[in-house]
Amino acid sequence: MTSKSDLPQGTLDLLIMKIVALGPVHGYAIAQRLQQVSREVVQVPQGSLYPALHRLENRGLLAADWKETDTGREAKFYRLTRRGRAQLEAETASWARLTEAIGVILNLREAK
Amino acid sequence: MSRYESRLEKELRFHIEQRTADLIASGHDAAEAKRLARIEFGGLEQAKEQCRDVRRTRWPGDLWRDALYGMRTLRQKPGFTLVSALTLALGIGASTAIFSAVNPLLFEPLPYSKASRIMTIWYGGAGGAPIPQTFGTFRELQSRSHSFEAIAVMKPWQPSLTGRAEPERLDGQRVSAAYFRVLGVTPALGRDFDPADDRLNGPDVAVISDTLWKRRFAGDPAIVGREITLDDSLYQVAGILPRGFENVLAPEAEIWSLLQYDASLPSPEGREWGHHLRMIGRLRAGGGVDQARRELDQIARTPVPEFARSPIATMGQGLIVNPLREDVVRAVKPALLAVVGAVILLLAIACVNVTNLLLARGAQRRGEFAMRIALGARRGRLIRQLLTESVLLSLGGGALGLLVARICVRVLIALSPPGLPRIGEIVINAPVFAFAFAISACIGSAVGMIPALAAANNDLYQASRRVTAVHRRTRRALVVAEVALSLMLSVSAGLLLRSLQRLFSVAPGFDSSQVLTMQVQIATFSRLRGADAQHRFFDQALDAVRRVPGVVTAAFTSQLPLSGDSDSYGGHFENDNDPHDDHLAFRYAVTPDYFKAMRIPLLRGRLLEQRDMLSAEFRPVLINEAFAKRKFPTQNPIGQRVRFGPERPWDVIVGVVGDVKQVSLAIGESNAFYVATDQWLWADNPLWLVVKTRGDAASFASAVRSAIWSVDKDQPVVRVSTMDALVSASAAQRRFAMILFEAFALIALLLAATGLYGVLSGNVAERTREIGVRSALGASRAEILALVFREGMTLTALGIAIGLAGAAAATQALVSMLFGISRLDPITYLGVIALLALISAAACWTPVWRAARVDPSITLRAE
Repeated sequence: MTSKSDLPQGTLDLLIMKIVALGPVHGYAIAQRLQQVSREVVQVPQGSLYPALHRLENRGLLAADWKETDTGREAKFYRLTRRGRAQLEAETASWARLTEAIGVILNLREAK
Repeated sequence: MSRYESRLEKELRFHIEQRTADLIASGHDAAEAKRLARIEFGGLEQAKEQCRDVRRTRWPGDLWRDALYGMRTLRQKPGFTLVSALTLALGIGASTAIFSAVNPLLFEPLPYSKASRIMTIWYGGAGGAPIPQTFGTFRELQSRSHSFEAIAVMKPWQPSLTGRAEPERLDGQRVSAAYFRVLGVTPALGRDFDPADDRLNGPDVAVISDTLWKRRFAGDPAIVGREITLDDSLYQVAGILPRGFENVLAPEAEIWSLLQYDASLPSPEGREWGHHLRMIGRLRAGGGVDQARRELDQIARTPVPEFARSPIATMGQGLIVNPLREDVVRAVKPALLAVVGAVILLLAIACVNVTNLLLARGAQRRGEFAMRIALGARRGRLIRQLLTESVLLSLGGGALGLLVARICVRVLIALSPPGLPRIGEIVINAPVFAFAFAISACIGSAVGMIPALAAANNDLYQASRRVTAVHRRTRRALVVAEVALSLMLSVSAGLLLRSLQRLFSVAPGFDSSQVLTMQVQIATFSRLRGADAQHRFFDQALDAVRRVPGVVTAAFTSQLPLSGDSDSYGGHFENDNDPHDDHLAFRYAVTPDYFKAMRIPLLRGRLLEQRDMLSAEFRPVLINEAFAKRKFPTQNPIGQRVRFGPERPWDVIVGVVGDVKQVSLAIGESNAFYVATDQWLWADNPLWLVVKTRGDAASFASAVRSAIWSVDKDQPVVRVSTMDALVSASAAQRRFAMILFEAFALIALLLAATGLYGVLSGNVAERTREIGVRSALGASRAEILALVFREGMTLTALGIAIGLAGAAAATQALVSMLFGISRLDPITYLGVIALLALISAAACWTPVWRAARVDPSITLRAE
């Protein structure tokens, strides 16, 4: 788990925002969901998740509140701000365009 | 712990605890779950530090925290902090002060509109030397030249202002009507001079400065148009100049009146043809200096009948056109540039020292940096921290530097030689301060970061080795630079010091000891009208002075050596081959005892005698030795006939006297001639009184003055001084430069000594282990002493070699300031080298002594 992630630059932020967009969630849950949803393909050193979260909070894309969890413990819950949502939509769209373009290129048949 | 820190801690702990709980739930035992959770998470402190970093970029308030931390670190090392801040302060302060002082002279334009168009126009004398203009030449140029919008001539004027308040002698100028137009200044009140008034016997009008208006006339606007009494004549005040008007041609002048020479140029030998006027002109828009020079050359070469020229103003050597600014600063420029060079060296030395201090400090903190990196601090974080500290240090140094600069400027003004132009304009120059501040701060910060940059490498062992190597190299470079820079500065200072010694050992040609001098003027013409009445007053005054107890002898002279006077006349000898040969010579109209009072030796013939004073058949003159050698290298000058000034019967040379320095001690022998006061063309007024006394000359001042006033109490007596004071004042500019250089060299030596000590002792401290090993292996104390000492002195020798090359080049800028010695004077160089070697040896000694006492067992334990 401590091996370096091969995630392209900036994709970790995109993934975090997507997960947070589903509803207020704390850091540990984000880490769990990242692993589950990506079927363990995306492996992020958990420690480096927090600087990313704090950076997004700094930029005003995420907001955070301290709330109680189901087990009654206090945890920091992140949620998407309006600016974050706009950013997520813009980045999702451009990601889709990029992957589509790359897909087209990779599927080119070799000319005989 | 701050709120942020506790929350960060809580958030991360929650993560790990939650993970541990999940792992336990999936079947791990508690201890194992805890371990796994920790491993999965990765470096906790690193994550924390990264989160802090994210936050810091957001909050400028964090800068404050960094600053507080920085201040704490600086306070922990008060010695380091104080020395660094003081070094910076000296460098920044001195350079700011010097640049502030030279800025108005060397770099700023003169305070006039389109000042670059104002030119000075000199008459080309023998060998192309610039000499003053004549009114006749002015008349011709005014009509014939088209390159100038306006041309004006001027001469000094010192009228006595009388009236309700006590009489005062003013400094002023007699000018032609366009003077203020050339400068581009119009009176703030009243009017400028009317060209129609500038004629012989025209109306007496005056323009006064704002300061005179405020001082004497209480700033009353009604003074315009009213009359004031100057030298017993009534002058109408035409205008008052704007406040802040700076008259660079005569900074002391407060009052101006018209020249009012006879435009018809009645006699080719009259005052209209005397070379005693300065000329300035304002170039027309669109015309350049070169164009004006060509045109004036053309005019000089082609006389026209309408403008007949006097034989003593034929413009045979053309005219010399220079921008006014160059003319104003020419005399002081070499000294100023030399001082600028010195202060740059000083700033460089200060930078070297601060670099050294920061380097040493960085080395001490290597452990701290390594620890912080191990705990997850990032490189950027350390750099920011060090930058904050450097900036704090620089701010402290800068604030102190501003204080130093203010003191320096005040001292500079107090020490400045008389006649330094634009002295009133010297103010702390903000851009220069910012520059000096920035350059030392930048160097300091850059150097301070070296350890952080190297320490940020992952491999701590490698890092510390690399830092050591970088340090060693930098240290050695610093020793060499320190020695080289100090050598350059000290050699320059030494050369100036020796020049001044030489200069003061130059015989001025007279004996200045126990001689009191003062200027006596006849201000009230109404009672003493006419030359005879003037001569009578001066004779009576002389008698009265001679009767003062303690006075050995007393005499009058029209000009006094080293007083700033420079009154020359062209001479023609009967045996000149070319009737247009013009031998320019200083004119002294003296009473016979002058030579006795000044102890000027008679070399041939006889001196002037009392009977010559009234002699009508011929006018006896004396010439000086240099003149006699030049003109009569083989003949006997006695009995030769000569004529100075206007057409009149020949004068006869009756004697040859010793040479006297008139303008400055440094200038070689000029021609001079002496006539009796009442045999010159007019009665000179004022005259210099020269009194040889028994005992301290200065103490006779009031007795002598009273004696003069016992003849007539209304005549001003001014510029009282001893001859000794005049002699030392004449070298004031050199002394000024020398004092500055001595001060810089002293500071530089001090900085170099502390710097060398710091560098060398630091070097030894870093080699403690090596020395310990060496002595454990049996090296004797003497061998260790030699090892460390040799290294220090090798570096010093290298620095000296580089410094010598630098000094040989740098002293070229000093050549015009030197007197009587070569810029490569071996005694100076050897002396400075010896001094620096001594300082170096002393700086080496303490660390060497310490090195020799290193106990091998301590070294081993330290490992």
